[in-house]
Amino acid sequence: MKVLVPVKRVIDYNVKPRVKADQTGVDLTNVKMSMNPFDEISVEEAVRMKEGGSASEIVVVSIGPQQATETLRTALAMGADRGILVKTDDNAEPLGVAKILEKIVGEESPDLVILGKQAIDDDSNQTGQMLAALLGWPQGTFASEVKSEDGKIHVTREVDGGLQTVALEGPAIVTTDLRLNEPRYASLPNIMKAKKKPIDEKSPADYGVDLAPRLTVVKVTEPPVREAGEKVEDVQTLIEKLKTAGAL
Amino acid sequence: MAVLVLADHSNDALSDSTNKTVTAAAKFGGEVDVMVAGEGAANAAAEAAKIDGVRKVLHVESAPLKKQLAEAMEALIVPLMDRYDALFVPATTMGKNVAPRIAAKLDVMQLSDIIGLEGQDTFVRPIYAGNAIMTVKSSDAKKVVTVRGTAFDAAGTSNSAPVEQISGDYGPGKSQFVSEEMTESDRPELTAAKRIVSGGRALGSDAEFQKYIEPLADKLGAAVGASRAAVDAGYAPNDYQVGQTGKIVAPELYVAVGISGAIQHLAGMKDSKIIVAINKDEEAPIFQVADYGLVADLFNAVPELIEAL
Ligand SMILES: Cc1cc2nc3c(=O)[nH]c(=O)nc-3n(C[C@H](O)[C@H](O)[C@H](O)COP(=O)(O)OP(=O)(O)OC[C@H]3O[C@@H](n4cnc5c(N)ncnc54)[C@H](O)[C@@H]3O)c2cc1C
Ligand SMILES: Nc1ncnc2c1ncn2[C@@H]1O[C@H](COP(=O)(O)O)[C@@H](O)[C@H]1O
Repeated sequence: MKVLVPVKRVIDYNVKPRVKADQTGVDLTNVKMSMNPFDEISVEEAVRMKEGGSASEIVVVSIGPQQATETLRTALAMGADRGILVKTDDNAEPLGVAKILEKIVGEESPDLVILGKQAIDDDSNQTGQMLAALLGWPQGTFASEVKSEDGKIHVTREVDGGLQTVALEGPAIVTTDLRLNEPRYASLPNIMKAKKKPIDEKSPADYGVDLAPRLTVVKVTEPPVREAGEKVEDVQTLIEKLKTAGAL
Repeated sequence: MAVLVLADHSNDALSDSTNKTVTAAAKFGGEVDVMVAGEGAANAAAEAAKIDGVRKVLHVESAPLKKQLAEAMEALIVPLMDRYDALFVPATTMGKNVAPRIAAKLDVMQLSDIIGLEGQDTFVRPIYAGNAIMTVKSSDAKKVVTVRGTAFDAAGTSNSAPVEQISGDYGPGKSQFVSEEMTESDRPELTAAKRIVSGGRALGSDAEFQKYIEPLADKLGAAVGASRAAVDAGYAPNDYQVGQTGKIVAPELYVAVGISGAIQHLAGMKDSKIIVAINKDEEAPIFQVADYGLVADLFNAVPELIEAL
């Protein structure tokens, strides 16, 4: 089974984002960037499939600036086999990303595409589902378990009331949730090996996809700040304060 | 101008998020119809007909729609969108699963998790775990929108809109429902609860979570939530997770017990009316958003609190 894993370069999850004074967006200059945490989980899942013998090849792809190569290298160091960078300095929207991925799926013919459920910068939670629709493939989103059973892919999904399991007839799309696995740290020898693994460089035009945005940013602002309140002495004071505030 | 609202429901009952989505759809403008797709969903359809401002309810009965699987929902909704200018869907796991498929088929960019809208093309949504609020203008002919429930009031329920049955064949597709394991609870639903008690990693075990968080929630008539760390460690089920990648809540009272207040957690609860934090570390970031902070060992403070309530 061949697995395709799209990985996005985003602000590191430990960094507190700062809104630019001119309200055009979030300031990313000199900010630590990393692989989207959900995409690390996707890569880990693919690597485990390969280690377990069910996956034969793992191709990782990123749509983004030149620096997204670093994100691809991280995935290669975790155990992916080769990378594709679709280079663009524009901010690609999920629909555009899904269209490029559709074309890459056409060329690579993977049996499974594993995406993150959401990118922690735009918080869209769209790309995997859009790709599934464009391809006419079934989807198992927000996965906390993925396994093969009687020729189908069984995906256990984290849903509002608990867990739901669906069986997908492959090829299929899976999007990962936090509890699917715990991603490994790449070892130094694997980081060295990853430097020799191939990364193909492409442009959106190579796939004939127009990435012109459908959404124009009017402004990006700080959320209303919540004032810190007061520290209370003890439980009794807490209860009195809550009563006065009408919360009890 | 007409908007289709896709209802989130359990066949038996309509989810509160649907009423809130109708409010958002009414702000968009035009006639509002509600689609209730399921199996044995007559009750849900009847509830939808009561929502104020609804022109009519479209009710579809079909086995593959019972669990509202995305593939079947796409097959149902996409052809209907000829008649509508927008599709509004609650940003529940159902909505998040289904809406982008429809958007892609209509070749439009979805507006995810909106908290506000101005006219028919301008939408407000949080990004970066709510650390920034983005206002965007959409140039697409049709809009596909998911709505964050905490940002809109539920519409009233004194209407009696007509229910129109529609039929069709939506499967079986390449995806099949196998099983589900739903969390059993008599407590209010997290996203609709007026009070929430959430526990974090500090609880240390499943047993302690039960022993300290549950009785406090009982006393307050509250729903129970958890941090990611508590869910990952198995102290609480996954659907208790509050945060950027869990549930977004905004109760009257949110009590965070042994939770540090990581930005991903704050993203899910900082719009609560009153926040109480109990944490033994006085530097914990949760105190920066708490109205009332108690620096204490939870294993002493919580029993005291239960006793005193
Ligand atoms: C992609 C991504 C998505 C995420 N999404 C979410 C999300 O949706 N929701 C979420 O919650 N997190 C999320 N996280 C995780 C988040 O970053 C934090 O790791 C998590 O919220 C920490 O949980 P915690 O506060 O319970 O644990 P900790 O950070 O370990 O905090 C425990 C706290 O308990 C206090 N404590 C310890 N013992 C006691 C005691 N006896 N009495 C009182 N206080 C005590 C400590 O002082 C500490 O402040 C996400 C992370 C990533 C990378
Ligand atoms: N620019 C990109 N390059 C590669 N993968 C992406 C990109 N944008 C989104 N994805 C994938 O789509 C998932 C969901 O992203 P989103 O729909 O933007 O929340 C991510 O976790 C990635 O797997």
